[in-house]
Amino acid sequence: MTIVAAGLLALAMAITIPAALVLGVVLERFSTRRFRSWAYAERGDDLLVRRGVMFSRLSVIPYGRMQYIDVTAGPLERAFGLATVKMHTAAAASDARIPGLELAEAERLRDRLAQLGEAQAAGL
Amino acid sequence: MSDTGDGWQRLHPLSPIVRGGRLTIGLVIVLAPIAFGRRLSDAYPQFGLAAVAVALGFVSWLVTRWRIDGDDLRIETGLLRRRSLRFPLSQVQAIDIVQPGLARMFRVAELRLRMGGSTGATARLAYLPEREVVPLRARLLLLARRDAAAPVDAPPPDERVLARVRSGQLAASILTSDVGLYAELILLALALGVVFAPRATAGIVGGGFVWIITSITVVWRRFNQEYGLTVSEDHEGLHLRGGLIALTTETIRPGRVQAVRLVEPLLWRPLGWCRLEVDLAGRQRSKGEGEAQRGRLRALLPVGSRAVAEGLLDVLVPDRPRHLDPPPRRARWKTPLRYRKLAWARTETCVAARSGRLRRVTSWVPLEKVQSLRRVQGPIQRRFTLATVHVDTAGRGVHASLRDRDSVEAEQALAQLTDLARTARRAA
Repeated sequence: MTIVAAGLLALAMAITIPAALVLGVVLERFSTRRFRSWAYAERGDDLLVRRGVMFSRLSVIPYGRMQYIDVTAGPLERAFGLATVKMHTAAAASDARIPGLELAEAERLRDRLAQLGEAQAAGL
Repeated sequence: MSDTGDGWQRLHPLSPIVRGGRLTIGLVIVLAPIAFGRRLSDAYPQFGLAAVAVALGFVSWLVTRWRIDGDDLRIETGLLRRRSLRFPLSQVQAIDIVQPGLARMFRVAELRLRMGGSTGATARLAYLPEREVVPLRARLLLLARRDAAAPVDAPPPDERVLARVRSGQLAASILTSDVGLYAELILLALALGVVFAPRATAGIVGGGFVWIITSITVVWRRFNQEYGLTVSEDHEGLHLRGGLIALTTETIRPGRVQAVRLVEPLLWRPLGWCRLEVDLAGRQRSKGEGEAQRGRLRALLPVGSRAVAEGLLDVLVPDRPRHLDPPPRRARWKTPLRYRKLAWARTETCVAARSGRLRRVTSWVPLEKVQSLRRVQGPIQRRFTLATVHVDTAGRGVHASLRDRDSVEAEQALAQLTDLARTARRAA
């Protein structure tokens, strides 16, 4: 009995461990690519935000159109000292979110964007 | 208008009744049987209800007052929670006159002052005697313009009628529109049911009662709102007047228009009909507005010919591209249904995009109103080296999307539109 059980256990492990490894590698690849796809650039008059692997998106948000800027940090982000910066314009569709910034960088970005937004603010 | 001395004025005494709207009608229906000789003792609850409603209405009227105080319109209201509102007239964007069915019965009307600024608040004077509304509107507008550089002298009568919807055409168009067809389908199904299976139908009618009422209400509301809609132009902007039971007079300044779209449903196309809608910024979704207006685009031309629509477009977006470019042929494989309708073009100040599956929707966005731009490429688009550029506006309903363009073209369009939008924004 015990030999059969041990054999089954070994078989199960022989299947699950490589499977888990393969899955881990695949997931790692995915998340790495996803992570690498995030990028942002501060230009003279607007902010560029790029993201996405399957659906690649590039948003252009003029500083003058920003209405307010959020800095949020969820529990997981806080554990790693990270934060997400989100820009809002009057259009609901414009999505400009930069996740996983170092807290200090997030705060610098927020202050800088707020400053630029104020300087270039345009009415509706 | 009752003057309380010291410049404060009250609203029309019948205001609470009109404001109650459906509640008032409901109350009348509840009380009606009593008038027809039911015993009084049975009706105490109803009487109590009516008395409370009347008392509340009276108190709300009693504590509400308004005055023009220098350059401000001040409104004070509320008994327990006193509110004092001050609206600087220099910020008035437009003054609308609204007159629901009950208000017409009692010959009163509402003045609605739409304010500028980021909040886009609305000052409501509901209700004033009908004959005083137009002079008061003129007076307020004059005060509003005193701060601005515009001349104060009487505006020239330069009003020009641009479009007027014909009732027959409107009825036909609503019956062939999406909501109309839906309502007809339901009614037809019920009619067939009554003929062939009367017993089953009784149950269906009972269950689907809400549906029936809803679909009829939607159709009716649309007809009621768009009946006799007239668009005219003068120095203030565009004036919209219309309505069957509820009358509204609305003013649209061209600068407030975020986007314009022309809709050509499948069934209307053989007739050459179209619908022109504008998306306005800061449109309040206050409870005073009709539900039909909430979150929807404002129809300038509920139905009309292409020529009339072009005339209106000339006023709204004078500098607009005339010929739109179709996407590359390979886009057919990605969007077989949409392919034939897709197109876009731009001028220095305006971007136009066309899309739609069954209906053809053309949108124009003035570049100074662009909020942000996005370039998106999905996996299928990548295979065909296509990409989409979205032009985001502050409005709620209009999407100007340059769908399925060549990747390089999309990239160029994104860069160009970013630059042009910046220039337009600076100039505005």
